[in-house]
Amino acid sequence: MRAIITVVGQDTVGILASVSQVCAAHNANIIEVTQSVLQEMFVMVMLVNIDHLSGSINGLAQSMNEMGEEKNLKIHVMHEDIFHSMHRI
Amino acid sequence: MINMKDIMETVQMIEEEHLDIRTITMGISLLSCCDPDIDRSCQKVYDKITTYAKNLVQVGEQIEAEYGIPIINKRIAVTPIAMLAAASGGDPVKYAQALDRVARTVGVNFIGGYSALVHKGFAAGDKELIESIPRALAQTEFVCSSVNIGSTKTGINMDAVGMMGKVVCEAARLTANRDCIGAAKLVVFCNAPEDNPFMAGAFHGPGEPECVVNVGVSGPGVVRAALAKCPDGDLTDIADVIKKTAFKITRMGQLVGTEASRRLGVPFGIVDLSLAPTPAVGDSVAHILEEMGLAQCGCYGTTAALALLNDAVKKGGVMASSHVGGLSGAFIPVSEDAGMIDAARSGCLRLEKLEAMTAVCSVGLDMIVCPGDTPAEVISAMIADEAAIGMVNTKTTAVRVIPAIGKKEGEELEFGGLLGSGPVMPVNQVSPAKFISRGGRIPAPLQSLKN
Repeated sequence: MRAIITVVGQDTVGILASVSQVCAAHNANIIEVTQSVLQEMFVMVMLVNIDHLSGSINGLAQSMNEMGEEKNLKIHVMHEDIFHSMHRI
Repeated sequence: MINMKDIMETVQMIEEEHLDIRTITMGISLLSCCDPDIDRSCQKVYDKITTYAKNLVQVGEQIEAEYGIPIINKRIAVTPIAMLAAASGGDPVKYAQALDRVARTVGVNFIGGYSALVHKGFAAGDKELIESIPRALAQTEFVCSSVNIGSTKTGINMDAVGMMGKVVCEAARLTANRDCIGAAKLVVFCNAPEDNPFMAGAFHGPGEPECVVNVGVSGPGVVRAALAKCPDGDLTDIADVIKKTAFKITRMGQLVGTEASRRLGVPFGIVDLSLAPTPAVGDSVAHILEEMGLAQCGCYGTTAALALLNDAVKKGGVMASSHVGGLSGAFIPVSEDAGMIDAARSGCLRLEKLEAMTAVCSVGLDMIVCPGDTPAEVISAMIADEAAIGMVNTKTTAVRVIPAIGKKEGEELEFGGLLGSGPVMPVNQVSPAKFISRGGRIPAPLQSLKN
């Protein structure tokens, strides 16, 4: 099972590191990362494998939210299927 | 990987445009609970629903967390209770109380099916149930009621229409101290769908399987936002934008429905591709119509704009789902839609225009607050007019009006939550009493002879 993590916020040092750290803490394996900075807004999309999570996807999402609030980032963790079903026929 | 633009579009739809699954509704047949003893029958009802639906709320919350999509309501629809009352006799309100207990136990926020299907006439249990509706709604918190009084195939049962005017008034009167909420939980239908997941009109039709999961999607905010990106398109472009958006919304409904069905071990029924507004800012069907270029919902052009919207939603949604059903289209509940509330307050949106809109929307006169002294026969006549529109156009129509007991035009009722709030709208009070008192049945129209 794979999930997509999206991160949006002001560009600062260490966003990728913080997100990766939370992934590692939950044993989510990062497969692919895309990121761009548009007018100082940082947008990152990360594909992670969540087959061997130490806890639940819920727990991962919660940790991301907490970290996001601290650093003023909007972070969403969503199952990959939702994007496939909405954007592929 | 899916491209970044698509991913961010989905996130934005959920985060900023109120995209959500409005309801997962489990339909449960109660025919096996029929018993000549009403208390035993109520116990069977309680046991059966609490067994089938024990994981409904939990599964809904799991899916919500995993997929990151808000699922606003988890609900239950059951076999019309009049059928059970026919077997057991006794006071049908006992069933309403049993259903209310079920809702508390399993944690759903509404349970629909305190209903009777009397479009051609009354069978055993039907009249008793209809007469008990005001008491049932006053004594319970979560129970919703509906009565089907007409259909294209059978015509309109005007005896039932006459009764329902009184029942609506009484339901409001008995809950006058709670903003007349009783009437807000009662829908009078023509051509009622048997698989509708939306309240207050959801019931599990007699042709439905033992247990089924139906899903209702939402997303007026998403459609409005998509239209805002197309400021100079002509109406063909507008229809295309709506179709594409409806497709995406419905795909999400289909995914959630199939996943819920798998986890609950219950067959998947239908996706109801409705645009269901909420009173939240940015979640309004009226604002979609205004985005198309109307200064305010209710002005001339509203019916045409709504017809376009309703049709495009269906065209976009139908390919996205394996089974489409329920009401499917655009809802226009006045008190549940911020744009409609504003339009009704300003006087731009009037009942006559709403009636015209119901000829092209997915349901009918919905969540409309009328003066508390509106006579029952006027409400009956309102129901008859709506039913006639539904009968002739082979579509579902419904009436959910709330007489605001003790209040007059200019005052408001406040239901709270998804039911919202609404101004008391002026109603033409000229008497149709003689017409309504004639009773009988309006014959089925020629459209019914399709065989």
